[in-house]
Amino acid sequence: MNLIRKQVDKIKKPFLKGGKLELLYPAFNAFETMLFVPDHTTSKGSHIRDGVDLKRTMITVIIALLPALLYGMYNTGYQYFIQTGLDFTFLDAVLHGAYKIFPMIAVSYAVGLSIEFAFAVYRNHPVNEGYLVTGLLIPMIMPIDMPLWMLAISVVFAVLIAKEAFGGTGMNILNPALTARAFAFFAYPTFMSGDKVWVSEATNVDAISGETILGTLAANGDVTYSSFNMFMGSIPGSVAETSVFFVLIGALILISTGVGSWRIMISGIFGASLVGILFNLWGANSLMSFDWYNHLLVGGFAFGIVFMATDPVSAAQTTKGKWIYGFLVGVFCILIRVFNPAYPEGVMLAILLMNVFAPLIDHYVIESNVSKRRKRWANIKLKTA
Amino acid sequence: MSKDISINNGANLNLKGLAIKELKAAKKSLTYAINPDDFFALVPRMLVKEGEKVSKGQPIFHDKNDESIKIVSPVSGKVTEIRRGAKRKILYVIIQREGEDVVKFEIPDLQSLSKEKIIQLLSESGSLAYIKQRPYNIIAKSNKLPKSIFVSTHSTAPYAVDFDFLMSNRIDDLQTGIDMMSAVIEKSINFTVTHKKNSNFNNLNNVEIYNIKGVHPSGNESFQINKIDPLNFGETVWVIKPEDLANIGAFFRTGVFCSSRTVAVSGDSLKSPKYFSTVIGSSISSLINNDEIDDIKNYRFINGDPLSGSKVEYSEFLGFYNNSLSVIEEGNKYRMLGWLPFMYNSIPSLSKTSFSWLLGGTKKVNTNLNGEERAIVVTGEMEKYFPMDIYPMQLIKACMRGDIEKMESLGIYEVVPEDFGLVDFSCTSKIEAQEIIKSGIEIMLKEVG
Repeated sequence: MNLIRKQVDKIKKPFLKGGKLELLYPAFNAFETMLFVPDHTTSKGSHIRDGVDLKRTMITVIIALLPALLYGMYNTGYQYFIQTGLDFTFLDAVLHGAYKIFPMIAVSYAVGLSIEFAFAVYRNHPVNEGYLVTGLLIPMIMPIDMPLWMLAISVVFAVLIAKEAFGGTGMNILNPALTARAFAFFAYPTFMSGDKVWVSEATNVDAISGETILGTLAANGDVTYSSFNMFMGSIPGSVAETSVFFVLIGALILISTGVGSWRIMISGIFGASLVGILFNLWGANSLMSFDWYNHLLVGGFAFGIVFMATDPVSAAQTTKGKWIYGFLVGVFCILIRVFNPAYPEGVMLAILLMNVFAPLIDHYVIESNVSKRRKRWANIKLKTA
Repeated sequence: MSKDISINNGANLNLKGLAIKELKAAKKSLTYAINPDDFFALVPRMLVKEGEKVSKGQPIFHDKNDESIKIVSPVSGKVTEIRRGAKRKILYVIIQREGEDVVKFEIPDLQSLSKEKIIQLLSESGSLAYIKQRPYNIIAKSNKLPKSIFVSTHSTAPYAVDFDFLMSNRIDDLQTGIDMMSAVIEKSINFTVTHKKNSNFNNLNNVEIYNIKGVHPSGNESFQINKIDPLNFGETVWVIKPEDLANIGAFFRTGVFCSSRTVAVSGDSLKSPKYFSTVIGSSISSLINNDEIDDIKNYRFINGDPLSGSKVEYSEFLGFYNNSLSVIEEGNKYRMLGWLPFMYNSIPSLSKTSFSWLLGGTKKVNTNLNGEERAIVVTGEMEKYFPMDIYPMQLIKACMRGDIEKMESLGIYEVVPEDFGLVDFSCTSKIEAQEIIKSGIEIMLKEVG
C-alpha cells in the first residue's frame, strides 16, 4: 500500500498548486480519491466524522443495481434465443447479453463522465459521484437495440440540460437518468416503442417480434405471459427493468443500508395498487381490466419506484413530503398507462412529473411547520398583550 | 414532583477512553489565559495593560457594546502578555499567577436581596458571564430578564461528563445559586436530570425537576427547552451549566468571584483519563503531562466534546465554559479504498453502509474527515439526529443564503451551533453545519438583535 501511495504522490506533483497541470487538479483528484480516502482532517465543526461519504453511498446503490443488471444480461440473451429458435445454454444467453450491454455501459460512462470532468475542471470543484449511478442507470432503462450514438446523445442531453444547467449534482430538478430516457423517447420515437426494439437484434432479424406487455395491452391485444413470468422477468422490455424479483433484491439492499427511502417505495406501491383496483372495478378497456397486481409487475414500475423515484435529490426531501410524493408517483403511473395508450409506460413520465412537483410538496410541508411555529408565537403575544 | 420527558431520535457515540470517576486536584498552572472567542459575539475592550497586576475577580475586558458584561481574571497575578493574531484580534490574555489578592464584594443577607441587586452583583462580579442567553447563545443581558432558566445535568455528548459525580461536593453552592436565580425570575428554575438515575439533585429546592429520557443530543438544552417551554419570537431564556451555577452560588456565599472548574479529561490514548479539579483558563499542560501520552504532536486537544468543542494546542489553555477536555488522534493518513461499503468497520458510523452499528463496545476515533466535502445529496439524514420540530437541512440552507426571514421562520432562535454536532458528524456530504448555523446566528444578531 505504501508503494502505491508513493507512486500516486509522485504523479500528483504536477497537479498541485503551482504545478504545470494545476488546472486539471479536480480530474486527478477524482482518480486519487477512488484509490485512497484522503488524509484530510477536520478543521471546522465536529472534530470526528462518520465513516460514510458520498462515494460509499453511491457504490451501495450500484451494488443494489447489480442483481437486476446481471439478470438483464441473461434475459437479453434469453429473449433473443427463444425468438430466433436457436438452441442455447445459460452461458450463451449471458454472453449474448453481456456483448450487447457492456458497450452501452461503456458509452454511457465515457460520455457522461467526460462532461462531468470537464465541468469539474471548469468550475474548479471536485467531481461528484452522482454520475456513477446515473451512468449505470441509463443503459439499464433503454431498449437493448438502441444505437449507441443515440444513447450518447441522450446522455449528453441529460447531463448538460437536466443536471449541469441547474448547477450540477444536488441541484437538479429532474432525475438525469429518466431525462435521458425521456429525451430518447421523444427524439427517436420509432426506436423507443413498437415491437422491434425490445428484443436483441429484432430490427435485423425479421422473425423476431417482441412486443412488451403494456404495448400489447395498449393495442388491445392478448397477453400470453403469466404473473409468474412477469415477476421473474422473462419478458421483453428495457434492459434491466423486467425482473421484479431481482429489483426487489436491490430494494432490500437499499432499504437495509438506509440509502433508499422505504417511504417512497411503500407509498408508491400503495398509490399504484389503489388506482389499479379502482380501474379494475371500472374495467372499460383491456388496460383497465388488467389485474392491478399485474400492473405492479409489468413494465418499469418496480424498477422506477425502487431506483428512480427514490433519487434523493429530485424526490421530495421532507419525510411527510416523501409519503405524498411516492403515493402520487404510483397514482400517476397507472393513470398515464391507462388513459394514454400512446405512452404505455407511465412510470417514467409519472416520476418526471412528480420531480417537478416535489419542491412544491416540500414547500407546503415546511409551510405547515412554519405556520405552527408562528401560531405559537401569536398565542404568546395575545397572552402578554 | 418531577416530570418525565422523552426526546426521541439521535444517537450516542460510545468512544473509547472516557474519564473514570476519580477526581484529582490538578497541579497548579503557572499561567492562566482567557480567550475572548469563548464568548460568542463579544467584542473585547481591554481594561488592563501588559505588565499590570490584577486581582482575582478584577475585570480584564468588557464588551464594547455592553459594558455591564465584564470578564474578570480567574486568578490573582500579573498580565504577562496580550497575544494578538491577524488584524490585531485578541487571542489570549495571559496572566501569570502571583499573590492571593481578591476583589471582594459586600453581600447583604441573601434572603433580603432584591432581584435588581442580584443582577447588579452578578454583573459587577463578572459572574454574569456564566449565564448564557437564548436565542443566540450570548452572555445574558442584565437589562432583559428571561421567561425561564434551564440547567441541564443530563449530559449526552461523546465523552459525556457525569454531573452527578462532578457536582457531588458542591451541592450547597449549587443550592445557593439556584435560590439566587429563582429569586431573579420569581419562580422555580427548570432543572433536568437523566431519567431513572439516583442523583443528589433530587433533593434540591426551588427547582422544577425534569427526567430526560433520550440519547444525544437530548442533553443539549435547546432540545429540552423546545419540549418543556419553547422559545418564541421576542422571548429569552437563560441557560446555565451546573458547575457555573455552583460558582454563582459560591460568589454569593463568599463575595469573591469563583473560578473553579472541574474537567473530565478523556481520550483513548491517555494512560489514565480522569477528572481534575482546577481553575478556568489553566494551561493544558497542567492537566496532561508528557508521561500521560506518548507522542503529543500526533494528537488534537479539544476544549469540550469531540462534536462541538474547539481545538487548542497543547501549549494553550482551558476554555471558560468547558467541563471536558478531549484528546483525539490526528487522522492525517490515507486509507486505501476506504470508501468501499463494509470496509473499515472499526470507524464509528451511524450509517448502515458499514457494520459499525453491529459491533458493540467503545470505539476509537481520529480526526480524519473520512471523505471529502460534496453537494448535499442525501435527504432525511439530518432529521434523524435533530429531535426538534425544526427542519435542519432547510434551516442550514437558509443560513447559507443569509435569508433572514427564512431563518426566522424556520426556527433559528431555538438553536445554537452545538445542536448540530451530530448532524456534522453523520453528514454524508461532510458539510460544516455548525459553522453555517453560527454564521446564520451572527447575521440575525447583527440585523435583528
